[in-house]
Amino acid sequence: MARIIYDALAEIVGKEYVSDRAEELFLYSRDPGTMDPKKPDYVVLPKSVEEVQAILHLANRERIPVVPLGGGLVLSGLSRPLKGGIVLDMKRMNRILDVNEKSRYVVVEAGCSQGMLQAYLNRNYPHLKHSIPDSPPSATIAGNILIHGSGHMSQATGFHSEMLNGLEVVLPTGEVCKIGSCSTTPYWFSRAPLPDLAGLFLGWHGTTGVVTKLAIKLYPNPAKKDVMMFLTENPDYMPDIISKVTGTEMAEDLNVSASQLPDYMEGLQLSLIYVTANTIEEIDFKKRTIRETLRSYINQKEGGFMFVPTIAKGRFIETPLREMTKFADSKKGGGFEYVGAIMPIELFPEAYRKGLEIAAKYETPYSMAVRIIGRAHCMMFAYAYAFNRADDNDRKKAQRALHESNIAALELGGIPWKAEEPAQKLILERMDPETSRLMNRIRAALDPNGIMNPGNWEVK
Amino acid sequence: MEYADIIHRCFRCGYCKFTRDYRDFNCPTYRKFWFESYSPGGRMWLLRAWLNGEIPSSQRLAEIFYSCVTCGNCVEHCALEFRENLVNIFVAARKEMVEKGLVPPAVRDYLKGIQTHGNPFKEPRQDRDKWAEGLGIPSYSGQDYLLYAGCVASYDDRGKKIARAVASVLKEAGLSFGILGGDEASDGNEVRVLGEWDLFQMLAEDNIRKFKGLGVKKIIAISPHAYNAFRNDYPPLGGKCEVLHYTQALDQMIENGKLTFSSGKDARVTYHDPCYLGRHNGEFDAPRNILRAIPGVRLTEMDKIKKNALCCGGGGGNFFTDIIGGGEGAPARVRIREAAETGADTLAVACPKCAKMFEDAIKAEALEGTIKVKDIAEIVCEAGKG
Repeated sequence: MARIIYDALAEIVGKEYVSDRAEELFLYSRDPGTMDPKKPDYVVLPKSVEEVQAILHLANRERIPVVPLGGGLVLSGLSRPLKGGIVLDMKRMNRILDVNEKSRYVVVEAGCSQGMLQAYLNRNYPHLKHSIPDSPPSATIAGNILIHGSGHMSQATGFHSEMLNGLEVVLPTGEVCKIGSCSTTPYWFSRAPLPDLAGLFLGWHGTTGVVTKLAIKLYPNPAKKDVMMFLTENPDYMPDIISKVTGTEMAEDLNVSASQLPDYMEGLQLSLIYVTANTIEEIDFKKRTIRETLRSYINQKEGGFMFVPTIAKGRFIETPLREMTKFADSKKGGGFEYVGAIMPIELFPEAYRKGLEIAAKYETPYSMAVRIIGRAHCMMFAYAYAFNRADDNDRKKAQRALHESNIAALELGGIPWKAEEPAQKLILERMDPETSRLMNRIRAALDPNGIMNPGNWEVK
Repeated sequence: MEYADIIHRCFRCGYCKFTRDYRDFNCPTYRKFWFESYSPGGRMWLLRAWLNGEIPSSQRLAEIFYSCVTCGNCVEHCALEFRENLVNIFVAARKEMVEKGLVPPAVRDYLKGIQTHGNPFKEPRQDRDKWAEGLGIPSYSGQDYLLYAGCVASYDDRGKKIARAVASVLKEAGLSFGILGGDEASDGNEVRVLGEWDLFQMLAEDNIRKFKGLGVKKIIAISPHAYNAFRNDYPPLGGKCEVLHYTQALDQMIENGKLTFSSGKDARVTYHDPCYLGRHNGEFDAPRNILRAIPGVRLTEMDKIKKNALCCGGGGGNFFTDIIGGGEGAPARVRIREAAETGADTLAVACPKCAKMFEDAIKAEALEGTIKVKDIAEIVCEAGKG
């Protein structure tokens, strides 16, 4: 039977783009995070929406699970095939199809990477940009949007999923469906004013269909960029500091980091305030305004701006942040995962203290990073744990620390983002039963044979 | 295995697959095969799994490792501190495969050719200097420079033309040099990167003995691969000579006024950086300086140049073994399309392997009427001197 399915897949995509070999099954059974591997039966690299359709028809006929994969950098194991089947690596579908300069959007295929779009805009539309996550450039636009990602413009504009204008999706049963204005007009300008069906695919971890194209919003790309760094030692001040800075409407991005290493940073909360402008006068005005709004902390010697040499600023301003990747090797162990909990701003002090507590319990240096979302409507509070990939006990220790962080985030009133399979169960346990029943009804309607990434968002 | 203590440190973030500005995938094997297994990060994880016994030895695993063209794009763009060793790690993995008898048949045949004939073409050693027939190039006997041709320029028809062009230009410019002719032996660069360290060491030590015996102090290499071996791998074995690639020698002669041009053919030229001259040894300017010095030559750059150049696909032994294979995604075909997109009528190269790879790619892409491949020495030959 396996050979028949392999041959059928090879017939669809070409034999060079399907594998059931040990090497691919090994690699596609895991991601760089801590979760245990789950082996697929086949890895398939489609090139067109028609090929995706044919694969889903086959999968329905044969009742084979299908797991879509973008850049494979989610870290929480969402593209591990929990029940085997086909991993659909979408990266051959990587074209940039259309840029609408006036209505400021771009249409891309699902395998298009963040890096490729960034470079394309830099070369061809330097006055436009998209919001770039802190993940490496090989992360895909689609993958990040579909997990409700965030990035360097999220303070100003919200979650990346809010920047989505439209989708082309192959439904689990194989039909191609358009979502948003592109369903009705040739343009991909908006999800409104139609019923917003994008919600059927956002945050579902590939359990409701395979996205093949999408449009995202682009934004003006001011020529001047700068970063200000504000230090405090009292986490109780942070909600007010965040509120004050975002209240100026001058910051494009606002992150807070707190890390035990290097040891001279221990106990400090470092706010990275990113400012962009078209002129020197404008950027100076914005920086002055931000400085003034935090004046009371400076006067009371409760905080202050850090001098940052230009060369160091460059490393913080770079998108994507290469420095972020280096955290993975901070233990010279190549491993790193984080719980990014979405929560209200006022929970910062408690979330921070919980992070210290968990890190101390697991005898690992604490490392927390916070991104403010949508003018402080909420934040992504990340508890990061590096681990040594060569030491399985260390990986499992990080896994336990992450699970405890997920529990802590939920108990505080937050919700783990791109939650691992065990954390999804924690969320579902706390979810209003009617909400989870609705999720199940939607899934059953869309995916009658239960082939799409089974094991995720699953309620018995 | 050497480096076994660091292979787990790869996070598989994927920076290694790109150019510096992320405009394109630039790992030749990843963009050809598209499976993560053919990316540098994929190889790191597979190597660790293989050494740990999590995946078995297989022909496919060997092909995944031997398809790597050792172009160094991953070294250039990896975000982590062990990046300098990435290619070394893949070579160490091949060494492990050689020691376990797991190399693909094409690699075995290449190594057998070197072992039995001293060259991969399995041609007689005494034919090694046929490329120089009629040029009046003396054998090396204490001249200022030894001109080292290498296997491809000695035996391959396309390579021989390049060797003749290089020797002719050097002679015309009055440089004092000689060749080893039938006494020349493989430099061993490909032997080393294919993982046969013992054979490489034997070749290198033999060459070093020969160079010392003849009093060779300065070498001009036609092939960037030989240049790399002489410059980087021979010194630790006691072979310390001043080594130049022939484009560096020509560039110096232009700068010193020993090589001047009065005229040249009108041509729109784009230049391909060979990996073992550029990324591996940092020489990006000499070839461009030469092209800019020739009247009529208009240098038009491709999008991906210098540290971001896409390999022709002939490195890491693939020129001989062709494990990376053909098809539209073959690196040489992708690169020749990129060259043609510049509007250039000539793709200038500085490596006999690149020349051959691209001429084959032109045929496969049916670009014969659009663009042709010339070695820089050939372009210099065509220009009027003085």
